[in-house]
Amino acid sequence: MRDVAVIGVGCTTFGEKWHSSFRDLFVEAGALALEDAQLSGEKIDAMYVGNMSAGRFIEQEHIGALIADYAGMATRHIPSTRVEAACASGGLAFRQAVIAVASGMEDIVVAAGVEKMTDVEPGATTDALAGAADREWEGFVGATFPGLYAMIARDYMHKYSMTREQLAQVAVKNHYNGARNPIAQYQQEITIETVLKSTMVADPLRLFDCSPITDGAAAVILAPFERAREFTDTPIRVLATAQASDSIALHDRRDISTLDATVAAGKRAFKMAKLTHKEINMVEVHDCFSIAEICAIEDLGFCKKGTAGKFTADGETAIGGKIPVNTSGGLKACGHPVGATGIKQVCEIVQQLRGEAGKRQIDGAKTGMTHNVGGTGATVAVHILGRI
Amino acid sequence: MTVARFWRKIPQRYNLIGTMCQTCKRHFFPPRTFCPDCRREGRIVDHKFIGKGTVVTFTIIQTAPDQFASHGPYVLAIIKLDEGPQMTSQVVCDPSEAKIGMRVKSIFRRIATDGESGIIHYGTKFAPE
Repeated sequence: MRDVAVIGVGCTTFGEKWHSSFRDLFVEAGALALEDAQLSGEKIDAMYVGNMSAGRFIEQEHIGALIADYAGMATRHIPSTRVEAACASGGLAFRQAVIAVASGMEDIVVAAGVEKMTDVEPGATTDALAGAADREWEGFVGATFPGLYAMIARDYMHKYSMTREQLAQVAVKNHYNGARNPIAQYQQEITIETVLKSTMVADPLRLFDCSPITDGAAAVILAPFERAREFTDTPIRVLATAQASDSIALHDRRDISTLDATVAAGKRAFKMAKLTHKEINMVEVHDCFSIAEICAIEDLGFCKKGTAGKFTADGETAIGGKIPVNTSGGLKACGHPVGATGIKQVCEIVQQLRGEAGKRQIDGAKTGMTHNVGGTGATVAVHILGRI
Repeated sequence: MTVARFWRKIPQRYNLIGTMCQTCKRHFFPPRTFCPDCRREGRIVDHKFIGKGTVVTFTIIQTAPDQFASHGPYVLAIIKLDEGPQMTSQVVCDPSEAKIGMRVKSIFRRIATDGESGIIHYGTKFAPE
């Protein structure tokens, strides 16, 4: 296997982008990534695109070809593949691109993610997202996504002594980081009271425990590490790529508040990178709900099961803490265009490792991890990147 | 959900007909046609569940999907059936009564309506035992 480097990243701003179409979004992200890599489009050998539900959101399938076409690749006939794993679509697209370069099959590969979620009614968006869980045996009886994560939260709070305030601190910290990220959907700081006074969605989760509906796209460009310096002075090495699966329905899990797919993918990634937890300088985790970040940092092994609430309240996951989590603002504040999220996480780590993260910069960062979840934990992708 | 898709699962949805593997005696609800433990050695047959169990975790859905909106807030739970498997369903009770460890029994209820002209979905909910 060849070593793989990220040589360029690009991300649109995230938000309710009424003026931008699905096509506008991915073309913008792709152009930014190419410019960042100082690369001409003619050099691209293949594309992988993470997208969850264009069929439901804009009634468009065949996304691989559409993206290649509007990226100006139609006459070059490059292979372009859509990858789908609900909210983990972006993470899997990145992994497929890494595998393509590592195998020697392709040299210059684009991994992108895009989601246009605001062209349908909010009810239709929520219904499409419910397809990430088990439609026959969860959605049919009235399970919503916040509802499923609320059941994780209640199980967790029953087993461990996390307070509601500690859980709220996840959103407070992510909004603090989002306020320092120019692409974030929400760039306002909030307080614990903001979370505790917001509308109840699915008890115990309130509106400010939930990530929003977002439009956005992100793209990264990969190359064999040995060729990376043709394009950039700061190539970022892909140290590990890992993926795991679990039961589609939450009720079939071994433990409701442990994502075993996160545990498995995390272990595989650490083993592949030959790194320990102390050697990871930051992590972007999949905080689709506040409880999801609590479970993620435990299941990845950054703190013991049952202690992440206190760990968060003590500031250990903030910028300057033991392990900064979601410096981008996470899904909560940066926004969650589902197919783009996994790629945006990679963009954030790359910017941090290059020292280009501005007001949210982690000083001297050498390594970073991404953690992208599909559904309630049926798919997990974990990657480790390094300036090594 | 189309008529055929709903109709196909009527025995399972109305009467809690799941499956079991005769090789290892493991029970499955929702039903599976392939035993993950015995794999090709497994022999799957239908199994009617008694319909009693315990609440493992729950939530109170305040913001409901359109087809459930007329319900008002409702209790959604993961229930561990006495035969072993866990399933997701609603518990018909005052939301303030719901708690982890609560014993429940199955009841036949309307689940949702598919718009004004669509079919009415019936199925299994649970109530305090």
